[in-house]
Amino acid sequence: MKKVLILGAGTAGTMMANHLQHELDKNEWQIDIIDEKEEHHYQPGYLFLPFDIYTPDDIIKKIEDFIPKGVNLQKGKIDVILPKENSVRMADGSIYNYDILILATGAKIAPEEIDGMKAEEWQKSVFDFYTFEGALALRNKLREWEGGKLLVHITEMPIKCPVAPLEFAFLADSFFKHKKMRDKVEISFVTPLSGAFTKPKATAALDHLLDEKNIKIEADFAIESVDNDRKVIVDYGGREVPFDLLVTVPTNKGDEVIARSGMGDDLNFIPTNKATLQSLAFENIFVLGDASNIPASKAGSVAHFEAEILTENIKHYIKGEALSEEFDGHANCFIETGGGKALLIDFNYTHEPVEGTFPFPGVGPLRLMKESRMNHMGKLAFRWIYWNMLLKGTHIPFVSSHMEEAGKNFN
Amino acid sequence: MEKEIAGKMIKVNDEGYLTDFSQWTREVGEAIAAENNIAMTPRHWEVIAYLQNEHKNNVALSIRKIGKSDVLDIKEFYQLFPQGPLKTSTKIAGIPKPASCI
Repeated sequence: MKKVLILGAGTAGTMMANHLQHELDKNEWQIDIIDEKEEHHYQPGYLFLPFDIYTPDDIIKKIEDFIPKGVNLQKGKIDVILPKENSVRMADGSIYNYDILILATGAKIAPEEIDGMKAEEWQKSVFDFYTFEGALALRNKLREWEGGKLLVHITEMPIKCPVAPLEFAFLADSFFKHKKMRDKVEISFVTPLSGAFTKPKATAALDHLLDEKNIKIEADFAIESVDNDRKVIVDYGGREVPFDLLVTVPTNKGDEVIARSGMGDDLNFIPTNKATLQSLAFENIFVLGDASNIPASKAGSVAHFEAEILTENIKHYIKGEALSEEFDGHANCFIETGGGKALLIDFNYTHEPVEGTFPFPGVGPLRLMKESRMNHMGKLAFRWIYWNMLLKGTHIPFVSSHMEEAGKNFN
Repeated sequence: MEKEIAGKMIKVNDEGYLTDFSQWTREVGEAIAAENNIAMTPRHWEVIAYLQNEHKNNVALSIRKIGKSDVLDIKEFYQLFPQGPLKTSTKIAGIPKPASCI
């Protein structure tokens, strides 16, 4: 029996287990997937938890409920990957061998990278919302917060779901309006980038929305430290921004196991071919989702598009064929803008988000780069799609893994 | 598009970054620095040479990488090129604006 081993049973790993279970010959291939956790979290839900829009039950399910029959789910902590020996050693000393290894170990926040971030004020006036615990603590804080200076802050790029901090700022505006206390809250968006987003046309549209919602932008801010006593964040140039409530997206890093195995870059992301998703160092290792260093967004939609292409490439690899260089960096993200509306952006390595219609050229029903209620409904419907289609590797109708150029206004 | 820098017509993109490094000279760098209110010193040029070399070796530049280099720390980088040091220094160096942001 030959073995495919998947490390990580999050969004990317679970999708891959489902794809491969359908595609590989069961008499020839055994599929194992390893994760140390018990729960699968719908991470986009972390955005809604602080505002009491979602409850914890909407976000958390059991990992095993999404792993198909015939795939062996192993719970346990991974000590180290030994790529030269084609094996993985667990913390308890047991060894898993593999013929093909798929790394889907994800990314997580590392607040300890910044002086004073995870200090006395952590979860008192300094919060993250990229973990369940952080989002829940922030929900409890927001329920009773009486107002002041709110900073929504990005530490450094890359981060998972690069639009989430903006969405947080928009939803906060909506939340405080609804609570009839918007006049007591000053919202600022603090970013190391030169504007609201990483791509110029979307940045122009989003900068405009920030302005419309009276959210100040502090651009080009490279944070050096959080001063817990004075409640200010300080950048390397000595610039200071005061806060009463700091909602930060800390540095994102790949899993520690990647560092322990000597397989990552300085942020523990794995050097990966951006078109084939094969590891640059070992030809029988493939990388899916947030764990890789490819220049695509770290987002579930990207992992979904990647998984369709990687499944084909695993089949090519098994047959000894050339890999197809097909992944185009396709990402598709809803951006909640508050007040029951959302924007939709669709882009890839070479095409930045522009206006247009989606998924049907000229028809929609979703509008690209424009606020609409329909887009918001799309975002909410996406939770159902996630649990019921995406994780199971079901192809989403009309949405191709390559970005469509039709229906978009590129000029 | 082309822009006159230090008396020569130089190819730049719409943000003013050189699109053809072969057109770069110290005078061009000096002129771009002056536009950004930076008076170049020998230390500035050392950093510019380092950035150009990293770019030549296809190293993706980021504030974090600079901080971990042996050449200078982030504090000094900000002292030399205040206000968005990576953006300004790469423009002076004639190399593309780092796409560290995704």
